[in-house]
Amino acid sequence: MPTYDEVEVGTELPVGSYPLRRVDLIRYCGASGDANVIHWNQRVAQAVGLPDVIAHGMLTMAVAGRVVTDWTGDPGSLLSFRVRFSRPVVVPDDNDGAQLVVRGTVEDKLEGRQVVVALVATVGDSKVLAGARATVRLT
Amino acid sequence: MTVNREFIGREYPASTTYEVGREHIRRFAEAIGDLHPAYLDPAAARALGHPDVIAPPTFLTVLNFRFATEGPVADPSLGLDYSLVVHGEQSFELHRPVVAGDVLTSVQRVDDVRDAGRNELVSTVIEVTGAAGEPVATLRGTLVSRGTAAPKGA
Repeated sequence: MPTYDEVEVGTELPVGSYPLRRVDLIRYCGASGDANVIHWNQRVAQAVGLPDVIAHGMLTMAVAGRVVTDWTGDPGSLLSFRVRFSRPVVVPDDNDGAQLVVRGTVEDKLEGRQVVVALVATVGDSKVLAGARATVRLT
Repeated sequence: MTVNREFIGREYPASTTYEVGREHIRRFAEAIGDLHPAYLDPAAARALGHPDVIAPPTFLTVLNFRFATEGPVADPSLGLDYSLVVHGEQSFELHRPVVAGDVLTSVQRVDDVRDAGRNELVSTVIEVTGAAGEPVATLRGTLVSRGTAAPKGA
């Protein structure tokens, strides 16, 4: 686990890379209760103007946050977390789905042994989150 | 159909408390593909200083759906077509981790409804408190209603 004193502005977190497949969306529908049809029905998703089924923004956010909580070692260290969903994560009907790549960089050190991590989440060349920031308390 | 601005400021207290269970935390953790032991194993969570397994940071999004039928989005007079909705923004302020066994009270408030180009944005806040009345979390979310803004006059 990194300590506050050894972390510097610019410290890079280990990169995370996670598949988001149709089956993951179905599981998230069940676990979260968000059964919005655009997350599991291609026909309806396309009828309302989306390219295909898209991942829940909240699933993308949860997976992106893992880069931070895996780094601190204690998910309870996360104090605040915010994102904008800048582009939808389109999940094709195949075995691979979409591959979400998440990079985190320490952006600021605050009072109270807190640090702010800026996150960049991409699928291919597309940035799917904007302004993603997590604040954590380190030891 | 445009979203009804009269909803701005309305508050929706959840009709019952929400009891956080270990098994729901486990299922949520599995669904996000994150099997951190603090979510699954009470002994591992206690070793990190938590009283029981804790929930992943975004877990409280379940409140949106647990109480969906009594919130603003379920009210037809809001005029929101959920198939046109995508999530625009979300934030979580966690005053402490959510822990298995928590009995949570929540209130949702419609903060704003506004146009953004051809879309409309619906912003809500959920304040979550614990059994002793202590603040647990504040969730701020913005839903995007795609293409429903009233046409702008020439």
